[in-house]
Amino acid sequence: MKHKSFFWFVLPSVVLMLLFIAFPIVSVVTQSIYTQHEQVIVTVENCGPFGCTEVQSVDQDATRALREAQPLGQFVGLDIYRDRNHLAVADVAEAWESSDSFRGFWNTLMNLPFYGAMAFTLTYTAIVTPMTIILGFAVAIAVNSVARSMRGPTIFLSLLPMIVTPLVGALILFWMVDARGILGAGLQWLANDPTLSVKASTPLMWIMLMVYGTWSSIPFAFIVYYAGLQTVNQDTLEAAMIDGANRWERIRYVVIPHLAPLTTFIALIQLMDNFRVFEPIISFQAQAHARSLSIAIFTDLGGETRLLSSAAATSVLTIIFVAILLSPVLIRTWREFGTKN
Amino acid sequence: MSVAIRRPLTIRFLAGSFLMLWLIMAGFPFLWTLWGSFKVEGDFFSKADWAYSIFGTLTQTETGSAFTGAGYFGAWIQEEFWRAALNTLIVCFCVVTISLTCGTLAAYALSRSPYRYAFWLLLFALIFRATPPIILVSGYLVPFFEWNLWGHLSTTIIVLVAINQPFTLWMLHSFFKNIPKDLDESAMVDGCTRFQAFRHVIIPVMWPGVITTGLFSFLLAYNDFAVTSMLLSAENQTMVPKLASFLGTTQTKGNVMFAVAAVVSITAPLFVMIMFFQRQIVSGLTAGAVKG
Repeated sequence: MKHKSFFWFVLPSVVLMLLFIAFPIVSVVTQSIYTQHEQVIVTVENCGPFGCTEVQSVDQDATRALREAQPLGQFVGLDIYRDRNHLAVADVAEAWESSDSFRGFWNTLMNLPFYGAMAFTLTYTAIVTPMTIILGFAVAIAVNSVARSMRGPTIFLSLLPMIVTPLVGALILFWMVDARGILGAGLQWLANDPTLSVKASTPLMWIMLMVYGTWSSIPFAFIVYYAGLQTVNQDTLEAAMIDGANRWERIRYVVIPHLAPLTTFIALIQLMDNFRVFEPIISFQAQAHARSLSIAIFTDLGGETRLLSSAAATSVLTIIFVAILLSPVLIRTWREFGTKN
Repeated sequence: MSVAIRRPLTIRFLAGSFLMLWLIMAGFPFLWTLWGSFKVEGDFFSKADWAYSIFGTLTQTETGSAFTGAGYFGAWIQEEFWRAALNTLIVCFCVVTISLTCGTLAAYALSRSPYRYAFWLLLFALIFRATPPIILVSGYLVPFFEWNLWGHLSTTIIVLVAINQPFTLWMLHSFFKNIPKDLDESAMVDGCTRFQAFRHVIIPVMWPGVITTGLFSFLLAYNDFAVTSMLLSAENQTMVPKLASFLGTTQTKGNVMFAVAAVVSITAPLFVMIMFFQRQIVSGLTAGAVKG
């Protein structure tokens, strides 16, 4: 394809991506190193018949002039990254000095907003991704062994948790595990503890969020594995059988190697999606128990005072983590392209 | 299928019961919520006896019948959920058409270009695909407020189209790769320009891939919460942020049933969609994997 026609074909799409993805990322980075100007305070001495009082007031004109002169705000460099709500350098150093055990240090660290969010996001990603892969594989094997006529309805039901809006799916589960809902009541009965409430306990909330995460992404892993199972070489399977391989050995040495590339693909997509876990925490109203990086940004942006610089700093840190997560894939894609040409 | 027949009974039993368990886990919550949405709150959350939620005991005493549409009436009429539904319809329709138009053009060019910059474009699209939308939102707010773009449906549509582009590009790119090059090149030998070749030769054969990609674009626009909740003003809200606002305001009023009705209303179109397009969804999910 000629350069010129290529240019016109990709133009609309590239302009959109530049304006609404690349440019906002740049703007976020700039925002994170500037902070809004403080209001200019002037002290006026009011002298009346009963002596003089000093009154402090906001000089509106001066404030506006300052804001217009430097619309980006005041340059603060990396200060926002270092403050208590982000990397909290000072607090971490102090905790390291003062706490006598590693456990104590860890507890202080987890109470800092950014590290708490980081811990939840990473735990969530690290647990949900393998769980999804294992259970999705199991479902695919099971579906593959039922009669063909049953497969349509089975796939229909299995798709539901993934297709349904995340906010909605999480809400449905949340209502069921409510202390007055069917699952919540069942849990109370199982634990023999009528005061048990998922809402009130941090560990239970974490578990519920991860159960939701796994529930909603099993279908994806299942569908991909199921499609992969259809292309397993039947001759190889039969040859293995003739050579005396039992059922487990056939799965271990024929099916699993065949599905290995699919596992990389599922793991990649799941890592990206789990890392931005967001909606379930809103649905479960779990902000008090579990905060992810996305939730940290969302809470900064919402509310009365929009903490734009703070949100921007968290965003930049998140982008850095996403880049680290993605780097193996990017390098691999790059190498593959190199060998092809 | 000789392998399937020889499966011992115990294995088939284990596989069958595991599958049943999964199907119940996947389907039951939706059935339960649908059933419960026609009850009063005392039955949906039944502290006294779980059987109430099945037989609607309190619903019977409060309304005189075992089913009530009060939740739906409250949500759709009283809280004007119909407005949100209308907005969702507009947003989804525009997002799907615009992102498919831009996406097919660009993906076609990408699949036909042998140069290195095409690869770079795809690589950047992959990075953009991984960026959480909420991060982009924090970049939009300042300029949108400054230029008075905040709150309008059209702004949200364009933003969703842009966020959708990387995914659309990847999916359609792998699809166009499978359409033989000879097809459009022979048209060009016959004197067509590149665009005419695309218009008369590629467009007639591209629909299966476009429909599949369109379904996923629709899902992204329909299911989005991060962008729509931050960029739309209260009267322009689509269904999902409207539902979230029910949670904030109505739970204190004791009207959880509005939210339950809204949840069912949001899920119903998706059910219908899966029923009609199951094959396309499955092929779309596997397209990237099996080829990559």
